[in-house]
Amino acid sequence: MIDISSRVRSVWRRNWDAFIRTYRVNFIPPFVEPVLYLLALGFGLGTYVETIDGIPYPVFIAPALVSISVMYSSFFECTYSSFVRMYYQKTFDAIIATPVGIDEVIAGEMFWGATRGMIYATLMLPVLLLFGVVAMPSSLLLIPFSGLAGLLFAAIGMCFTAITPGIDALNYPSFLFITPMFLFSGTFFPLELLPEPIQYFALAVLPLTHVVTINRAITLATFSPINLFNLAWIVVATAVFFLLAIRLMRRRLIV
Amino acid sequence: MTDQEEETIEDIIVARDLEKRFEDLTAVDRISFRVRKGEVFGFLGPNGAGKTTTMKMIQCISPKSGGTLEVFGMDVDAHPREIKGRLGVVPQETNLDPDFSAYRNLLVYARYFGIPKREAEPRAEELLSFMQLEEKRDVLIEKLSGGMKRRLIIARALINAPELLILDEPTIGLDPQARHLIWEKLRSLQAQGNTLVLTTHYLDEAERLCDRLVIMDHGKILVEGPPADLIRKHAGSDVVEAARTPEVVARLDRLGLDYDIAGDMLQVFTDSPHDVARELLEVCRHEAVMVRPATLEDVFLRLTGRSLRE
Ligand SMILES: Nc1ncnc2c1ncn2[C@@H]1O[C@H](COP(=O)(O)OP(=O)(O)OP(=O)(O)O)[C@@H](O)[C@H]1O
Ligand SMILES: [Mg+2]
Repeated sequence: MIDISSRVRSVWRRNWDAFIRTYRVNFIPPFVEPVLYLLALGFGLGTYVETIDGIPYPVFIAPALVSISVMYSSFFECTYSSFVRMYYQKTFDAIIATPVGIDEVIAGEMFWGATRGMIYATLMLPVLLLFGVVAMPSSLLLIPFSGLAGLLFAAIGMCFTAITPGIDALNYPSFLFITPMFLFSGTFFPLELLPEPIQYFALAVLPLTHVVTINRAITLATFSPINLFNLAWIVVATAVFFLLAIRLMRRRLIV
Repeated sequence: MTDQEEETIEDIIVARDLEKRFEDLTAVDRISFRVRKGEVFGFLGPNGAGKTTTMKMIQCISPKSGGTLEVFGMDVDAHPREIKGRLGVVPQETNLDPDFSAYRNLLVYARYFGIPKREAEPRAEELLSFMQLEEKRDVLIEKLSGGMKRRLIIARALINAPELLILDEPTIGLDPQARHLIWEKLRSLQAQGNTLVLTTHYLDEAERLCDRLVIMDHGKILVEGPPADLIRKHAGSDVVEAARTPEVVARLDRLGLDYDIAGDMLQVFTDSPHDVARELLEVCRHEAVMVRPATLEDVFLRLTGRSLRE
């Protein structure tokens, strides 16, 4: 069905090497972002909100910041950045002239997108620890979980990349899908405050909802059986979008 | 064409009735050809003739729509990875990796072939010096000139020590110095026993480099053979060119000689150029008559016409 071997690694490594080459610009956002959000929302807005369900507001939003950062970095890596490599740089064309096949190129890109999410989560963790808004040692789980969550957003992004007519059209999923998720996935206020139909909608089709729920369980060190449902949702959705992305990309690139 | 020849292991590429269709267009229309081990084989043809499409099918990156195609004796649909591992590719559109230097481009590319780093590093240095790019070793792609990029992409195509090189317009847009350097390198690759398949729009290049070539148009192969044979067969030994005046036309008609019209000039393809020239000098000023040997360009234009392709 899909034709994938260890050659995926060479595609992943290409992106890793390019990332390391420009590490200075790449490593700054994950340090700066949580500081800005925590100061503005956590401690600014938090003065009025104080607690949500008995949790201090900065502690409430800390897992959401990690989730959002993973979503953005993985999704944008596999939309705009992958599109540039595919369409403008012709990098995919160059690679498929070697024994590496198109399935491996796309899989390597998605694993790289996931890795980026993981790198961001890893770099954010010490900042959050410094602010004292995440529990240890359970919060170490943020790192492996960000790999899975990252793969989900990378795969969703890659599906859009496979069908977009041009780079500008990628703004549609960014504004119509990613931005609403940023706001309505239990990130800055609990899902339960929304009307019930919207809650169900969020649980059904907004992947970030499940990611935030799990990350919040991790940073608060309070796990519940519901988290298994969240995890299952993410695993299934990741598998579906991963395979779909490869299918759609084959259709686009094999002519 | 060559279907009746007996099959030998010396054939690196064998295509029979090879066909490629895009939705409503047949880009390659049931062509047959064989490329023998160690030869330089050329594909010529006007824009849109189907050369690149044919190259991409040989490279196993574009699936054929019909016919059979074997490279190294393997079917392209069944063994793409094995074939691609033994192939070097210079694409028509330069696709070097802009995120890396010249040297790192070679290393990153070597990784796609699974070549270990300790082998790839000396090989990359060697190839940079082979293509005279040592000084640009650590320069980013965007800072290379067009000719340097083309040389680097040839170096990249050699990273896996391929037995067969596919070069789609290797000297596109290069100055004469760079073209001569590339010709020299391609010849030395052939001397080492490599097989080369190339496309080009420079007919002098094809004439110099190719042992055999085909001229394609509208997805079909019009002729195949060594350049000298094609010239002899389709243009004769020489060409007499004369101004296109009514007197010249009248004289040629009276002599019963065929001629081609090329703008304000007439061309007579002939094996006895001096006799023709002498006749024409009687009705022309002498500067207006020129005798020259026939070239592949004459063959090309005669076979594919003079009108521009859209
Ligand atoms: N992906 C594609 N989809 C549809 N048509 C295509 C595609 N690729 C090529 N074609 C068409 O196939 C025909 C042959 O194109 P090809 O690129 O093989 O020509 P070529 O001989 O390499 O020309 P050139 O000398 O300009 O490079 C052209 O009519 C072209 O428009
Ligand atoms: Mg072409």
